[in-house]
Amino acid sequence: MLLDDLAIDDLAIGAAFLGSGGGGDPYHTRILAKAELAKSGPVQLIRVEDLAPDALVAPCGWIGAPTVSMEKLPNGQEPILGLRKLEQILGRPIDAVLPIEIGGANGLAAVVAAAKFGVPVVDADGMGRAFPESQMTIFNIRGLSSCPAIITDAAGNVVTIESEDNLAHERIARAISVSMGGIAHMVEYPLTGQQARSHAICGSITAAIAIGAAIREAKQQGGDLFEAVFGALRRSNVYSSAGVLFDGKIIDLECETKHGFSMGRVLIQGFGNAGEMEIVFQNENLAARRNGELVACTPDIISIMDRETADIITTERLKYGQRVKVVAAAAPAILRDAKALSIVGPAAFGMEDRYIPVEELNNWEGKSV
Amino acid sequence: MRLGIDVGGTNTDAVLMNGADVIAWSKSLTTSDVCSGIVAAIDSVLQKTKLTASVVECVMIGTTQFTNALVERKGLKQVGVIRLGSPSGQAIPAMSDWPDDLRACIGSGVYSFAGGYEFDGREMSILDEDGIRKAAQVLSTRGITAFAVTGVFSPVKMDMESRAVEILREEMPDAHITASNNVGRIGFLERESAAILNATLSDIAAEVIHSFEAALRTLNITAPLYISQNDGTLISAQEAVHFPVMTIGSGPTNSMRGAAFLTGISDAIVIDVGGTTSDVGVLTNGFPRESSVSVDIGGVRTNFRMPDTLAIGLGGGTQIYLSEEQFGALQVDGLQFDVGPKSVGYRLSEAAYIFGGTTLTATDIAVASGRVTMGNALFIPPLSQPVQDAILARFKTMLETAVDRMKTIAGDACVIVVGGGGFLVPDNLKGASRVLRPEYSHVANAVGAAIAQVGAQVEQVFSYDKISRDVALNQIKQQARDQVIALGGEAQSVQFTNVEEIFLSYLPGRAAQLRVKAVADLKGTRKNRTMDTVQPTPSQHHVA
Repeated sequence: MLLDDLAIDDLAIGAAFLGSGGGGDPYHTRILAKAELAKSGPVQLIRVEDLAPDALVAPCGWIGAPTVSMEKLPNGQEPILGLRKLEQILGRPIDAVLPIEIGGANGLAAVVAAAKFGVPVVDADGMGRAFPESQMTIFNIRGLSSCPAIITDAAGNVVTIESEDNLAHERIARAISVSMGGIAHMVEYPLTGQQARSHAICGSITAAIAIGAAIREAKQQGGDLFEAVFGALRRSNVYSSAGVLFDGKIIDLECETKHGFSMGRVLIQGFGNAGEMEIVFQNENLAARRNGELVACTPDIISIMDRETADIITTERLKYGQRVKVVAAAAPAILRDAKALSIVGPAAFGMEDRYIPVEELNNWEGKSV
Repeated sequence: MRLGIDVGGTNTDAVLMNGADVIAWSKSLTTSDVCSGIVAAIDSVLQKTKLTASVVECVMIGTTQFTNALVERKGLKQVGVIRLGSPSGQAIPAMSDWPDDLRACIGSGVYSFAGGYEFDGREMSILDEDGIRKAAQVLSTRGITAFAVTGVFSPVKMDMESRAVEILREEMPDAHITASNNVGRIGFLERESAAILNATLSDIAAEVIHSFEAALRTLNITAPLYISQNDGTLISAQEAVHFPVMTIGSGPTNSMRGAAFLTGISDAIVIDVGGTTSDVGVLTNGFPRESSVSVDIGGVRTNFRMPDTLAIGLGGGTQIYLSEEQFGALQVDGLQFDVGPKSVGYRLSEAAYIFGGTTLTATDIAVASGRVTMGNALFIPPLSQPVQDAILARFKTMLETAVDRMKTIAGDACVIVVGGGGFLVPDNLKGASRVLRPEYSHVANAVGAAIAQVGAQVEQVFSYDKISRDVALNQIKQQARDQVIALGGEAQSVQFTNVEEIFLSYLPGRAAQLRVKAVADLKGTRKNRTMDTVQPTPSQHHVA
């Protein structure tokens, strides 16, 4: 498949949804992607099956606080500097890139990198959504090494991290991203074709494109935008169920750039007598509580959308007074086993809640995992 | 008494209001000099009431002149675009996502200099003062006198933007300079675009506002002049000269608030039928529903607080494309015609058949079918009944689709029709529980301007180590509330339209800047009507 301008528009919307509030608003990255495509022509999207077993695949994306990314824009050279450095370290050319996380701007960032670097992008990612920390990837869950990893910034600084410990890698990378101004590009978890095939979350780019296309088509045809999203998710084979958690108006918002993340909480007052919903976030929305009761939590996807237009409102664009619907979707099944939950579940964020799948918490019908 | 004026692309409407009562109204054509149209409108109102100019205590003008200038790319100034933040941002130059023709109006004086701040207020790089000065000199020789300065993280720390403005000012004392922190918040591209739009409007802003003032002088009106802003509150004429971009979008806000006021209904769909378009918006709790993510102005993405409206190409001057051989067609099958989107606009009074012209317009169809009496119906070439019905059915479908798209919930909604072309909307509309045409609906915009809200914005930096966030929030909200009431706002109507918090990590003690905006209805402008007392009034059509 070739990714053209229309696919980029759809991908931007679908990736924003899968971002669970994080991953950065794809708005800027969409502009970048279109500018790159205008120069390079459409980017090739390949399946993991198309990769040679010994191919070199470079997952990449931005690390930092989304609030910073909407103010401090990229220089453009960041991914090139990182990918070149990786080739230099490993002494061989990169065959393809993939998004380390499909969610938010990072779902598109890999397309920009692919266009700039002249390689295809693989229809897969490392998170199936967006997560705030770099070890929260399926590659770490499956025991692969994050290094060598290369962080680059707008000023042209290039830093290589070599570590055996993926948690140490995140800690160091985070500190570097803060010193680089709160936003940086990272190439990490270099994979062989075989590793990508065995471990990556496959089909997430086409799923994101399908979500975006569903919203676009429903808008053209005057259909129910939210049902369109849910339908696309269920058909994706990656995300099995989805639904609306809450409908209301934002009455308080607390968001701070802290320790390299956008951290905070948003309080939504329901229409009628629906009470209140509180959502806590660390770049991504982590848990949603309706009148104190947990109704969804990580790794399930929690997205806040404009209740009329179904525009996805990423954490950094939340504003007092917005009228929103809170929507949740089941995380990919491979993020829901005990090993995965220890790394991406509520306990990994210091929450005391036991993970219960969102479809059980809300008695949703339909295909369960 | 308050004088509310709406200066649209086609008509200039005026209403004189005493408290919540409309004393008189008038509709005049907008003139190319703006001033004489306003003079005519006000003069007509005063003559109808036999009152003198001295009764006017306050003049509120809502205008679409700036929006139109952007949409039509007319009267725009070239702008020196100065960005402080290089090498970050080089991948996305200023105006990257603008339409080409609008970008062309701004010109090529686009610069990116070292400077700007990181999120925590530390310098990203040292400000390139020499570069800015040289650019100013170059642009000066090219006759550029408007500038937009945007620094990375200027809402967190504005010092570099201020310094850049100083340097430009030293080189060009008379330049019109917009610093982005005055027109936008966090979100670099949107703030930069707002600053550029503001700068490009600087000439036309001065021209339009001065012609407003000249009109008032001509009529010996000495009352203060206010201009409607996009959020429904007012700014002084002086502020509007400097920040015209803040008034963009006031048109839909005024027409919707006018519709709510005239009907006493707080939840409804409002269709404002003008000369070129019908703008469909939604009233929720008496306020226009806002678009929560971004709004396009002339094709440019901004993050202003503005009503969410849908414009469709159906207005009084909309051209109907139907070949003359088919005017008398008796079979609708195979009838080929198009409705708009082109409109004869303000030339309606000469171009339409009913006014002796030769262009078939939406108004001609409405007159031919007896929906409205206007001009001379005998001037319209004979149109068969099936042709009239088919075209009216198309109008109906266009409006129904738009209403459906703007609806939040399934089921029928109350529809309020305002604007001079309201006769294009039929009484039975699919999806509408009822179609209301309140008295004065044709001048709802001017009424909306006359009942504009008062607003008060309070900004303060708190240290959460010394005062808890909740206490700080309550304190600043109370201040904003007190201020808006002091400005003449009705206490029960106070609403907070914005509460913003920016953490300033370069200051000690968990410092955050809180910014709150409270708005309220002006005392005496609220009608104590309830929904039940409102009956659909028969259609009323007025011609200027």
